Amino acid sequence: MCGAVAGGPALPANVDLGKEAIIQGIVTRDGHPVPNAYVRLLDKTGEFTAEVPTSATGQFRFFAGPGTWTLRTLAPGAQADRQVAAALGSIAELEIVLPA
Amino acid sequence: MSRSDSLVDANWVEAHRSDPNVVLVEVDEDTQAYDKGHIAGAVRIDWKDDLQDRVRRDFVNKPEFEALLSSRGIGNEHTVVFYGGNNNWFASYAYWYFKLYGHGDVKLLDGGRKRWELDSRELVTEVPSRPATSYVAQEQDRSIRAFRQEVEDAIGSVNLIDVRSPDEYAGRILAPAHLPQEQSQRPGHIPTAVNIPWSKAANDDGTFKSDDELRALYGEAGVDFGQDTIAYCRIGERSAHTWFVLHEILGQTSVRNYDGSWTEYGALVGVPISLGDNPGGPEGGVA
Repeated sequence: MCGAVAGGPALPANVDLGKEAIIQGIVTRDGHPVPNAYVRLLDKTGEFTAEVPTSATGQFRFFAGPGTWTLRTLAPGAQADRQVAAALGSIAELEIVLPA
Repeated sequence: MSRSDSLVDANWVEAHRSDPNVVLVEVDEDTQAYDKGHIAGAVRIDWKDDLQDRVRRDFVNKPEFEALLSSRGIGNEHTVVFYGGNNNWFASYAYWYFKLYGHGDVKLLDGGRKRWELDSRELVTEVPSRPATSYVAQEQDRSIRAFRQEVEDAIGSVNLIDVRSPDEYAGRILAPAHLPQEQSQRPGHIPTAVNIPWSKAANDDGTFKSDDELRALYGEAGVDFGQDTIAYCRIGERSAHTWFVLHEILGQTSVRNYDGSWTEYGALVGVPISLGDNPGGPEGGVA
């Protein structure tokens, strides 16, 4: 990845990782981070649960519950769905690559 | 109220770019979003620093609200157009808040910041300077704000709508999934409240669904349009979005937003709570 930093934004210091099921990552296009995308977290029935804009470095994070989720990424001219499993005490890390 | 009174689109905003009587205001959950870029001419209001009392849990008082609007260059005669991220979540809250203090002409940019960005419309970093005004607010309009005793009294008698996500409603989680989970409240929902997540009222791009779709959404979930309604969420912001749909788009006359919401109700001693996916009876318990 050119200019793209893996991982979510810096975690707040007061977060107890053992109690959270974190999903985080980065949205890229052509190897570059996408700072103007929106990532939506949908539950196992497809119901919207949360949405975050990507950071200036293309990153995002959710404090989800344990289970299977869909991440729907919207960006100018592109949309991508990705399945992800979250578990308490762990960080599910992913890169969402948008079509160039 | 109706959709045409309360919503504008991006073309309307572009056409009123140099209209001195129109003030664009960005309000975001992410209060730094404005710094990354905003619609030309827009001023920022911070939902926390500007709109919440610094000490007690309540809104700023009337003189503070007047000082805020005066300093932002917002006059009583101005049309205020709010927009923000995440389906206009916090922009809807600011809209409701301005109505609470009696501002006359308030509108939302349909789709908000997300739709604007997805359409690759221009964002700028230049901060506008607007001449200060001498804003005069009204007393709070309590007909659109509910307090905890009214909510307790509403159990089993008026429409109670819990607009949080299904997992928050059922008590499986305590906060939206992009925030750390808090532990100071009991999980669950207010007995007899139906669960209609706020986000169901919006399309993926953040614009509101059609009037027919919205009527079907609330009607099929059990909302009686002939009755009073109270909406709540965790801290009263997502429910402001639902208040906007019911009161401003669908024109329901008696809709109140309970801004104390679950962080207040779930911490009260002795009130009934329902746990699980169903509304439950007035006494609460595992529904």
